[in-house]
Amino acid sequence: MRSILKASAMALVTSAALATGAFAADKLSGDMKIFLDTSNPAPRATFEGIIAQFDEMHPDLNIETTIIDRDGYKTQIRNFLTANPPDVATWYAGNRMLPYVKTGLFEDVSDLWQGELAEQLASTKTALTIDGKQWGVPYTYYQWGMYYRKDIFDKLGLSEPKTWDEEKANCQKIIDSGAKCYTIGTKFLWTAAGWFDYLNLRTNGYEFHMALTAGEVSWTDDRVKKTMANWRELIDMGAFIDDHTAYSWQEAIPFLVDGKAAAYLMGNFAVDPIKAAGLTDDQLDFYQFPLITEGIPMAEEAPTDTLHIPSGAQNKEAARAFLQFVATPEVQTSMNASLGQLPVNNQASVNTDDKFVQQGFEMLNGASALAQFFDRDAPAEMAKVGMEGFQEFMVRPDNLDQILQRLEKTRERVYK
Amino acid sequence: MFPTPIQKSPRSWQITYQSFLPVALIMWLLPLLAVALFSVKPEGDFSGGNYWSLPSSFGGFENYGRVFFESDMPRYLLNSLLITVPTAIGAVALSCMAGFALGIYKFKLNLWVFFLFVAGNFVPFQILMVPVRDLTLDMGLYNTKTGLVLFHIAFQSGFCTLFMRNFIKGLPFALIEAARVEGIAEWRIFIYIVLPLMKPAIAALSVLIFTFIWNDYFWAIVLTQGVESQPVTAGITSFNAQFRAAYHLMSAGAIVAALPPVAMFFLMQKHFIAGLTLGAVK
Amino acid sequence: MSTASLAKSDYETPNRSWYKRNEISVTPWLFLAPAILFFAAYVIIPIFQSFEISLFAWDGLGAREYIGTENYVELWDDPAFYTSLKNNVIWLILYLLAIPAGLFIALFLNQTVMGIRLYKSLFFFPFVISQVVVGLVFTWFYDPTFGLLNTIIGWVGLGPINVLGDPTYVTYGIIAAGLWPQTAYCMILYLTGLNAVDPEQIEAARLDGAKGWRMLWYVIVPQLKPATFIAFVVTIVGALRSFDLISVMTNGGPFGESRVLSFYMFEVALSEYGFRMGYGAAIAVVLFFIMLFFIAYFLYSMYQDERGR
Repeated sequence: MRSILKASAMALVTSAALATGAFAADKLSGDMKIFLDTSNPAPRATFEGIIAQFDEMHPDLNIETTIIDRDGYKTQIRNFLTANPPDVATWYAGNRMLPYVKTGLFEDVSDLWQGELAEQLASTKTALTIDGKQWGVPYTYYQWGMYYRKDIFDKLGLSEPKTWDEEKANCQKIIDSGAKCYTIGTKFLWTAAGWFDYLNLRTNGYEFHMALTAGEVSWTDDRVKKTMANWRELIDMGAFIDDHTAYSWQEAIPFLVDGKAAAYLMGNFAVDPIKAAGLTDDQLDFYQFPLITEGIPMAEEAPTDTLHIPSGAQNKEAARAFLQFVATPEVQTSMNASLGQLPVNNQASVNTDDKFVQQGFEMLNGASALAQFFDRDAPAEMAKVGMEGFQEFMVRPDNLDQILQRLEKTRERVYK
Repeated sequence: MFPTPIQKSPRSWQITYQSFLPVALIMWLLPLLAVALFSVKPEGDFSGGNYWSLPSSFGGFENYGRVFFESDMPRYLLNSLLITVPTAIGAVALSCMAGFALGIYKFKLNLWVFFLFVAGNFVPFQILMVPVRDLTLDMGLYNTKTGLVLFHIAFQSGFCTLFMRNFIKGLPFALIEAARVEGIAEWRIFIYIVLPLMKPAIAALSVLIFTFIWNDYFWAIVLTQGVESQPVTAGITSFNAQFRAAYHLMSAGAIVAALPPVAMFFLMQKHFIAGLTLGAVK
Repeated sequence: MSTASLAKSDYETPNRSWYKRNEISVTPWLFLAPAILFFAAYVIIPIFQSFEISLFAWDGLGAREYIGTENYVELWDDPAFYTSLKNNVIWLILYLLAIPAGLFIALFLNQTVMGIRLYKSLFFFPFVISQVVVGLVFTWFYDPTFGLLNTIIGWVGLGPINVLGDPTYVTYGIIAAGLWPQTAYCMILYLTGLNAVDPEQIEAARLDGAKGWRMLWYVIVPQLKPATFIAFVVTIVGALRSFDLISVMTNGGPFGESRVLSFYMFEVALSEYGFRMGYGAAIAVVLFFIMLFFIAYFLYSMYQDERGR
């Protein structure tokens, strides 16, 4: 009763807040520190909105939010988890959270994975489970794929490719027209891993890819070389923009916008900045990464972004309430509508007005399996050396043997 | 090739020299001028791709306004100030005393202690990083301005002691002897005789330390994170992440971050250069 | 002088306290105590602690595991270590260019014409800007799409050069950025030094027919020795501390080709991929010994100086 009264007094509160008003009954107080890596404008605004909502539901709770640049966050997380733990922190599912679970830096939140909520979040339960316990709560996931300039494709008479040969044939025509096929900025390395993941998933399949990132297969294996050979075909064609090592992923966007490149292999979070840079829904479209090896089922990349409670958190009660709040169907619906991504909660609704979200949702529903991403599936150190290797390969493909040997050496050390 | 004074050279060379000066200066400052130009261009100029034309309109107010009102920049600047000023005070205070001890008294370990300070001042930061981070953590000062200030005071006292000791060595020793004959206590000699003579050194050193600490980046990222304690050098990376690829805003942010020490330099130029070049002449 | 008379009466009391009797030998230590305390806690002791940590495998959190020299053995065949070491050498050598460059700018500006003081200040002020901002400024300067450098060389039909994205240029590109403030620093040292050059000696040399390079080398440069020494010291220290620029401009990339030891140490010890404190400490120890070589030289020169006084 009290919470409902309070809620109705607030002009800004949406239906989501009303529905979850039940939480407000447990009186939360004190300070709650939240660290976010959502530094891009849309996610930033989304989180600020959600937090404001939560704050209004708990007037006695003082919430302090710190937003850290997404690439910087990755290097800082260990530091703050050990030295200055917040109450809630964003992170990623899969192997990426393993080191923090192993060292006891993340709080076991299995208690939240009970009853109704557990069913609603079931699809990501394995990605958040280590040693039979759950260590975080997902708030979003999104597809990867080719974002391309439909107007340029139309002008050149191209259609969305379904196979590797079509992909290359399209690319050749784009190059002949004087543009590049793909924009990419590899300064922060991980963008190159997107290419590797898809090429490897399509060349050798999901099981092989998972075995490789789990350290069970040698990097000098012929199957890896096959993947790299496919990649090399594109590199030798001159398919990628020049000087990509100098750009961040955001700085690579203008090439697509200016028509100097026709497509961008990216995650769906790129749509917002691309549109902000000037492209409309008529110009920008999406297609699934094409089939390479006949007979291999199409697995997709679908990184899940998550919220965690550091074990050193001061206000775990409030943190748990916040995680629970973010996991509810209502909050996931409104959050992901503004993020332009997909809600994990199966009771939440997908924003059907957004054609990219819609396409991604359909694609992922039909996927044979979902990979997180190279730097989430492989352990951190392996990922770092691996992604440096991919970047080097894109610039100096002749060094391939040397690069793979280096990765192999790292594998032998990291997984022991 | 010590240049002949320009007044004694032919008229033609005088004119060449005078006209070459501004050209040389512009070339020297070119990278910076480019950033200054960027910072007053309106947003539209960049999406249009005309990076290097003159600004189509003056966007300076809007760009700098956004830096000050739509980002955490003011907080970072304040943090920088709250780190820099106490450090300068602390390091100067410690080194006045240490410099006095090393410059006035003759005792066996004098030179050893002095060299310890000098040597410590040169060590690479990385050899200190892990233990200093642990020490700060253990004291509960990680991610606080105090933690950063304490370290800076300690580390800077190396350079400052070198500076102060050499300065005090240059003071007339007769003054101190005279005071001792009068029977004045040693601490009074320090406060009433030496300290007043050290004013120029104190001014020079304060200005220098202000600049050094303002510009520190390494320790800022090792010992702090987040907006509540990070100085502007570390904050600018988060600022840039917020506005990545918005070059007009990033440029304005960079200029704002660089400005305080530059202002300090121009205002206190005499002291600054005196401090920096102490020892460059014998 | 009231203070003096007051002190005098103290002096005359027959039972002088222990402190009074030992005032001259105790006072310096009292004055030194705070500085020594701070310096020991934050600088001297940590150096030894780092040596110790380098013998352990430690993630900064859990228990340390003593592994003897294993970290050093691993360094021995770590290609990234050699890349960093090689780059450190390049830094050390090329950074010294700041000294002659600073000298020439100083000579160029050592005139008395209208507004020269302002020129000197403006030439100097890159040094005052933080390296982080210098790094940003040069990152944009080098940008392959719109950077001023490529715009300019584009006018003569060259380029674009991807300075920071190309492993062959990247270290040189960062060093060039670092030379900008460093040259300004050396310049100001020399300008001050030139002020003190004895004009009579110049005149005498001139009468002997010395001019141009000979005059510079045999008459001016020897008189600038103190300035050169300081310029050398600060340049070496600057070269080995080259962390900020690398971190801001390339983050060690592309594929780790612009790393130096100071950056690699940080990466190993404190990044997401790292937290190998022991391994990081081992890198720091190597860096420390490189520096120690120079520190020994600096101290030796200063010692000679002190004895000469």
